Amino acid sequence: MTTTALAPAQRPGGTGTATPARRPFALLRHSLALAGRSLTKTMRTPEQLLDVTLQPVIFVVIFVYLLGGAIAGSQHEYLQFLLPAIMVQTAMFASTAIGVNLNTDIKKGVFDRFRSLPIARSAPLIGAVVGDVIRFVVSMVVLLGLGFALGFRFGTSPLLGLSACLLVLVFSFCLSWASVLIGMLVREPGAVQGISFVLMFPLTFGTNMMVQTSTLPGWLQAWVKLNPVTDVMAASRALMLGGPTAAPVLHTLAWSLGMLAVFAPLAVRAYRRRT
Amino acid sequence: MTFAFQAEGLVKRFGATTALAGVDLAARPGTVLGVLGPNGAGKTTAVRILATLLRPDAGRAVVGGLDVVRDADAVRRRIGLTGQYASIDEDLTGAENLVLIGRLLDLRTADARARAAELLARFDLAEAAGRPARTYSGGMRRRLDLAASLVGRPDVIYLDEPTTGLDPAKRDDVWSMVRGLVGDGSTVLLTTQYLEEADALADEITVIDHGRVIAHDTPDDLKRIVGGQTVVVRPADPARLAEAGAILAEVSGHQAESPSRGVLTVPVPGDKAFTEVVRRLDAAGVAVVELSLRLPSLDEVFFTLTGHGTGKSSEEARA
Ligand SMILES: Nc1ncnc2c1ncn2[C@@H]1O[C@H](COP(=O)(O)OP(=O)(O)O)[C@@H](O)[C@H]1O
Ligand SMILES: [Mg+2]
Repeated sequence: MTTTALAPAQRPGGTGTATPARRPFALLRHSLALAGRSLTKTMRTPEQLLDVTLQPVIFVVIFVYLLGGAIAGSQHEYLQFLLPAIMVQTAMFASTAIGVNLNTDIKKGVFDRFRSLPIARSAPLIGAVVGDVIRFVVSMVVLLGLGFALGFRFGTSPLLGLSACLLVLVFSFCLSWASVLIGMLVREPGAVQGISFVLMFPLTFGTNMMVQTSTLPGWLQAWVKLNPVTDVMAASRALMLGGPTAAPVLHTLAWSLGMLAVFAPLAVRAYRRRT
Repeated sequence: MTFAFQAEGLVKRFGATTALAGVDLAARPGTVLGVLGPNGAGKTTAVRILATLLRPDAGRAVVGGLDVVRDADAVRRRIGLTGQYASIDEDLTGAENLVLIGRLLDLRTADARARAAELLARFDLAEAAGRPARTYSGGMRRRLDLAASLVGRPDVIYLDEPTTGLDPAKRDDVWSMVRGLVGDGSTVLLTTQYLEEADALADEITVIDHGRVIAHDTPDDLKRIVGGQTVVVRPADPARLAEAGAILAEVSGHQAESPSRGVLTVPVPGDKAFTEVVRRLDAAGVAVVELSLRLPSLDEVFFTLTGHGTGKSSEEARA
């Protein structure tokens, strides 16, 4: 059998409705179609949103009512201080789910179908990350709703308050790619979950989320100052409560773009290599 | 000779495991190639390479003249894959599953919907179209999975063990669907663990074991090598076993064997001998609770071809 003998097969029944219309922006279209799939799945199994609904409630209740009096003297004052930071924390925890979900999806074989289609390798991942934005939105709506009910108020303006939410959304979206990468590299969904949580604790709690940095021991102060999440929380506070915004917002955006530029290509590469 | 797809010398290793150690596969357009082998033979690995999901460590494969590694995207436009495990989205409805694939194949929304409706009707899923696939039975999932692989009207369709785990009636459904695909002009690669299935559907059969091709032939020639059909008889009254055995020996010219208690088997040259067995048992008044004509099991095939079995009992291979 020689190479020249390998002629293309005849295309049977290649007429009618299924003739593909070649249209531009293929990656965007495919990613959006797949994001729609994620969204439909989430809507159909709302229990998937349980974590992002409960976590902000539990954290606010524990921190404000258990610790608020002791730390800030007044619960209202502490709620003002805490809520913008809790928003960052819950969004970051929410971003860990995507690695677990993708890992499970790949095991189930749905991704084999996507891999056998003429779409970009990155499309199923982009679609999943975009579709997951709903989780961040839900966690923010729950947190703000509860916060307002308990007396939280923006110290700036509703517009700046909302831009804090948007900033946290952008940051979490970019952080999702780290979770996707872990989901692609690790074999078992349970291990993905474990690794993500172990990473999230020092990143979220190793900040001035709960207390002013100056009250911390020296070695912890060093970590808090190094930790990019401190910048994100500072930006969120500045936009919601007031104070200088330029530096923390720029730092947050720089970290976001950096994470996107590093983790997204690595995640796609790891997905390509996974068998 | 032109081939719809052709693989030459495929090698694939997973760590210390050599899944494929130089496999050749090819099928002419409009035919069915049966790939027969036990669990772990390398069937799925070969299919995944031909479907661009895995890269071979050595060797090459082309589909419609296009290389599966270099022209992967073009190959993906021509193939449909129904994997060993259904790759449908359980949370989406049957219709949503198919429309999504249509959208990913760049059909316009209206066309994707029309194609989905057409396939759902063809695979008898129209009524279940609006239900999440999670609620589907095993047979319905297989049909939806098959429908999903046909959305883009592929030239070449890979079916990886499409009937494993299905009951005989559902299996017959899948068989007639495969015949329908070939009737439409598609080329099919079908993997299976049953000679019976390969015999029923394939134009040519490649037998693989431990990542190597151990036979390639038409079903008729393969059966000539591995032996034809076997009559199985289980008399209602175990006391009449010897009598039944004598009848089998007379008709077939071979001594009947007893693979398990109360059962007799004997190879026969053709269908006529079976009729003869039935007639004589009836004339002698030997009532039976089981009387069948079957092809050799995969284990028996392997024993003939390699001198050793598949390493599991034929019962296990069927499970
Ligand atoms: N992703 C993988 N990682 C490691 N080993 C694998 C992988 N896929 C297949 N194998 C091994 O390769 C061999 C062939 O497997 P497979 O192609 O699935 O066989 P079959 O489909 O005929 O049952 C088996 O020994 C199997 O364990
Ligand atoms: Mg297999």
